[in-house]
Amino acid sequence: MSDQNKIIYFEKQSTFKMNENQKHIEDLQQIRSIMERSTQFISLSGLSGISAGIFGLIGAALAYLKLAGEFSISSSNNRLYSGDVVDVMDINFFNVVRMNLAFGPTLDLVIIATGTLGLALIFATIFTARKAKKDGNNLWSPTAKKLLVNTAIPLVVGGLFCIALLKHGLFGLVAPCTLIFYGLALINGSKYTLPEIRIVGVLNIILGLLNTIYIGQGLFFWALGFGVIHIIYGVVMYFKYERK
Amino acid sequence: MKGLITNLNKAFENRIRLGIMSVLMVNPEVDFKTMKEMLDVSDGNLASHTSALEKNEYILITKKFVGKKPNTTYTVTKLGRKAFQDHLSALEILLGKSS
Repeated sequence: MSDQNKIIYFEKQSTFKMNENQKHIEDLQQIRSIMERSTQFISLSGLSGISAGIFGLIGAALAYLKLAGEFSISSSNNRLYSGDVVDVMDINFFNVVRMNLAFGPTLDLVIIATGTLGLALIFATIFTARKAKKDGNNLWSPTAKKLLVNTAIPLVVGGLFCIALLKHGLFGLVAPCTLIFYGLALINGSKYTLPEIRIVGVLNIILGLLNTIYIGQGLFFWALGFGVIHIIYGVVMYFKYERK
Repeated sequence: MKGLITNLNKAFENRIRLGIMSVLMVNPEVDFKTMKEMLDVSDGNLASHTSALEKNEYILITKKFVGKKPNTTYTVTKLGRKAFQDHLSALEILLGKSS
């Protein structure tokens, strides 16, 4: 009975073929858009990539200056902390950490790296929130949550692993590890956002692996991975999705 | 006898039902609030369309209590997945033929 109704119904409909086709096209477009919106966080702004890249380069430059500075200072006397960056945070917790590590330049580098990451994240969030608002999307959606959680898992594991490396004095492996785990984090998160992120992830992993061959060149690879690649990605995304 | 056009499913005539099915095809389980935000519809509207789909056995409605708050979640059934896929193929064939 219901099958028969269906047939009659659609026979009637076929007389409005043009309008019907238009409706079907719109239906398909809507289905597609809903499927994308409900699984992908599309508000990620290209400007986030650019700002992250700039902070990455600044961080690398600071680290470079720090290293250059440390070497000249430690050869003349034992005062390891001349650091402009450290002074602000030199109060309590880090003193303890420093004593445990008993390795000055490393702590400074960790602080620079953490600061860079923090600033990059803050500005990425700001630009993305702005874009979400412009697009009429929610910044905090179930999809955003999935993206965040799935990116955070490899990132946190990598961070802890790097701390272990530092603790065991395997300093040369820290830079490759940060790049590799960061790349894995991006690939893991890329399922929930625009697919281009995946490429950034792959490139960072390649850089990280190359860095394991050229140990000691961590800063160069960092500048390339966290700096240059982010900026290129951001510019590409900005012109592809935002400047229209 | 039965042309391709008859593969279109009347249960998915409505845009909101299409939307509900689209969300459930790509997400394993979706709660009421999320669904409402995703489709931008009113409570009553969503409830009536989900219960219509439930009647067709295309989706499963689960009502749980989180503390004192009722929490309704939706999942797509095997039948619903098949029906929706058939509907999509029918749409595609239809459009492909006419253009």
